[in-house]
Amino acid sequence: MADEKGPGRITSSGLALGALLGILIIVSIWLFAAKPWWFPGLTSIHGAEIDRVFNAVLIVTGIAFIITQGMLGYFVARYGSAGSEHADYWHDNPKAEFFLLTGTAVILVVLVFMGQKVWLNYYFTALPKDAVTVQVTAQQFMWNFHYPGADGKFGKTDLTLVDPTNLIGLDDKDPNSKDDIVTANDMHIPMNKPVVVRLRSKDVIHSFFLPNFRVKQDAVPGLAIEVGFTPTTAGAYEIACAELCGAQHYKMKANITVDASDADFNTWLQARLKERTGD
Amino acid sequence: MTDTQGHHHEGEHAHPQLGFWRKYVFSTDHKVIGIQYLVTAMAMAVIGGTLSLLMRLQLGWPHGSWPFLASLMPRAFDSQGHMNADFYLSLVTMHGTIMVFFLFTAVLTGGFGNFLIPLQIGARDMAFPFLNALSYWIFLASCIVIFSALLVQGGAPLGGWTAYAPLSALPAAGPGQGTGMTLWITAIALFTASGLMGGLNYITTILTMRTKGLSMMRLPLTQWSLLITAVLGLLAFPVLLAAAILLVFDRVGGTSFFIPGGIVLNNKLIEHTGGHPLLWQHLFWFFGHPEVYIVILPAMGIASDILSTFCRKPIFSYKMMVYAMVAISGLSFIVWGHHMFVSGMSPFLGSVFTITTLLIAVPSAVKTFNWLGTVWGARIQFTSAALFSIGFVSMFISGGLSGPFLGTSAADIQLQDTYFVVAHFHLVMAIAPLFAAYAGLYYWFPKMFGRFMNETAGKIHFWMSFVGAYCVFFPMHIIGIGGQMRRIYDPLNYQFLVNQQIVNVFISISAFVLASAQILFLVNFFVSIWAGKRATENNPWKATTLEWEVPCPTGHGNFGPELPVVHRWAFDYSIPGATEDFVPQTAPAVPAQQERH
Repeated sequence: MADEKGPGRITSSGLALGALLGILIIVSIWLFAAKPWWFPGLTSIHGAEIDRVFNAVLIVTGIAFIITQGMLGYFVARYGSAGSEHADYWHDNPKAEFFLLTGTAVILVVLVFMGQKVWLNYYFTALPKDAVTVQVTAQQFMWNFHYPGADGKFGKTDLTLVDPTNLIGLDDKDPNSKDDIVTANDMHIPMNKPVVVRLRSKDVIHSFFLPNFRVKQDAVPGLAIEVGFTPTTAGAYEIACAELCGAQHYKMKANITVDASDADFNTWLQARLKERTGD
Repeated sequence: MTDTQGHHHEGEHAHPQLGFWRKYVFSTDHKVIGIQYLVTAMAMAVIGGTLSLLMRLQLGWPHGSWPFLASLMPRAFDSQGHMNADFYLSLVTMHGTIMVFFLFTAVLTGGFGNFLIPLQIGARDMAFPFLNALSYWIFLASCIVIFSALLVQGGAPLGGWTAYAPLSALPAAGPGQGTGMTLWITAIALFTASGLMGGLNYITTILTMRTKGLSMMRLPLTQWSLLITAVLGLLAFPVLLAAAILLVFDRVGGTSFFIPGGIVLNNKLIEHTGGHPLLWQHLFWFFGHPEVYIVILPAMGIASDILSTFCRKPIFSYKMMVYAMVAISGLSFIVWGHHMFVSGMSPFLGSVFTITTLLIAVPSAVKTFNWLGTVWGARIQFTSAALFSIGFVSMFISGGLSGPFLGTSAADIQLQDTYFVVAHFHLVMAIAPLFAAYAGLYYWFPKMFGRFMNETAGKIHFWMSFVGAYCVFFPMHIIGIGGQMRRIYDPLNYQFLVNQQIVNVFISISAFVLASAQILFLVNFFVSIWAGKRATENNPWKATTLEWEVPCPTGHGNFGPELPVVHRWAFDYSIPGATEDFVPQTAPAVPAQQERH
């Protein structure tokens, strides 16, 4: 004969599991609040918006995490079986269900709106006409950067012209290509000026990932995809490939330098042009 | 179910004694097939797990030298004992493929599905026993084919379990993309065929063969989850099969479904034109996202039932649990684009998929509330099965809550293809289902083999797995935020990742601890089959569902001469006024008791 409802018992297993969940909560708070490791240093205007969205989601999910894991930990510690007594008998609470369901939905709607504001701003704001435009062509396992030069016009490219010395197939006969600059794994941009990257791939899918700039865009063969950003801090950063593209995927790295002034940027362009024309 | 003498439903006694081969190998008994699935999937798990340890070796110590491993696998390491980059990527590919398909899908639906469906609905076998056996043998063939990809010239494919085109469509795009990739496609096609046979069988059986009194709303949640999963499989698997066939055409038939014009390989323009690489991604993820739920739903069902049993308390809000699963499965077909926010798909679609994706968080939250509501006021018996089902809830919460970061397209720009994603899906669709599967194995082991698994070893297994899994997967969020990309052979190649390498070392060490606990489980499992404590009662856990009405282990035909009759739902625990703290589903209603459902 089972006892009627007893108080329940704190069992060693329950207490241990509850304690572990407590430790999990504390360690998570340390990792996400003290931030011993965190995002790579931010250096773009829209990146600040992305980080804000991340932080908003972090606050909401963080609170949910602490409450739910905390409740689970408390319950397992508190409600161990003391033998044959009965548990509470209830298995429905439509009011509580409705409240929690609506609450969750409302919070999610807020998050959707916050996130979509940033997303739509980023993708549906027209890219400025005076932006520095760079054509980026990805290939196994390197990045080619193509600048239009002083005339502001890109020379024609033709994939049948591709050879080991002309990786993007730049047509030398096109007058627009005379002052074009093509570099391998080396990109420069001027600080505080909008940049438009026109992204292509020659072979498989790659992904143009600029961790410091909060930019990530797949390079898809057959498509030319434009993505824009404005760098805010001069310095040297890295570009990585974030989409598995073959055996040497991990080596598909380029350097990106944000030049402190337009003059620095132009000096770099001139030097690259000289290298190419051999003057 | 008519034997040679024309008797109908005579139970196990009417079945002629079968020889060893018919009884244990080429059996059409759903229980044997279920166990075959379980054991085969366990073998695949050992392979898939070993591959992940090799990955962790490389990620923890990217410049390490492993002469002993190099002597075992000379093609995979260079002369100094460093792992080759292409071998690392084939580890990534094979680990993902094996774990998603050949472990989780197979264990949860193939293993528990086959074993439990007839037993819990009061039927003697599946609707189509032969089709059931065929489904297993095709599954076994697919396991052999996928394993052979590791052994062929050029090695296993290296395009990841997602096999994005055109990398997967161009045999010349890398080592392993030739024969290895062909074997990968073949294995997936076979697996898909096997899954379809199983799915048809599950749906037919659950819908048409429930015993008297067992209405749909009296089904254990395990059965609901298996039914919904089977429907998901029937709708999702054919899409993957079709995509795989198109991929074969592109590879060998000269078609261009996924290959656009203007592809240059080795500085030569190749002769394909007109295809679209994103088509593969759409097809793959149209299958791939429901696949996530094909793995997690049965885990939810199993964990819910076991949680309720060991809490000695009815599951909280049974109806909402069912509706939530139906809602999740419906929504799972309209969220696939959240895998493609930065793929080059229209950003407008990104907005749509953000909304649908965050919608799916609502039923997921409902499930979490209801598990918490079940544990609240419970009287928990901390068996190994109970611990793993509680662990499931914790892992599901942790993995689920990183979902909204990735589902919010703006935040996903930075997080896509980083370890944050790896952390998210491992917790929510690898560790959580793994915990549910362990809960199920400890729980139903006596019903399968007539013996118990060792509880002390089971508890050590739980504590090590619980701490180990969190130590492995939780810090992955942090290195993902730090920017570490997935599928990167050497993170030290990047300056921005150097500072956090210490976290990778910690994860790798934790992974070895986690793995050692799984060895303990395997030893416990196989030793207990022959040497475990005997299960003398039908219902050792004092559970309510029908499988506990029959002996451990259960003979052919499952039930005696009469099929059981069901009088109540599956969750009558701790009814006030009842003498015992559980009332089996077969117990007729007593006026003194409050009749539920």
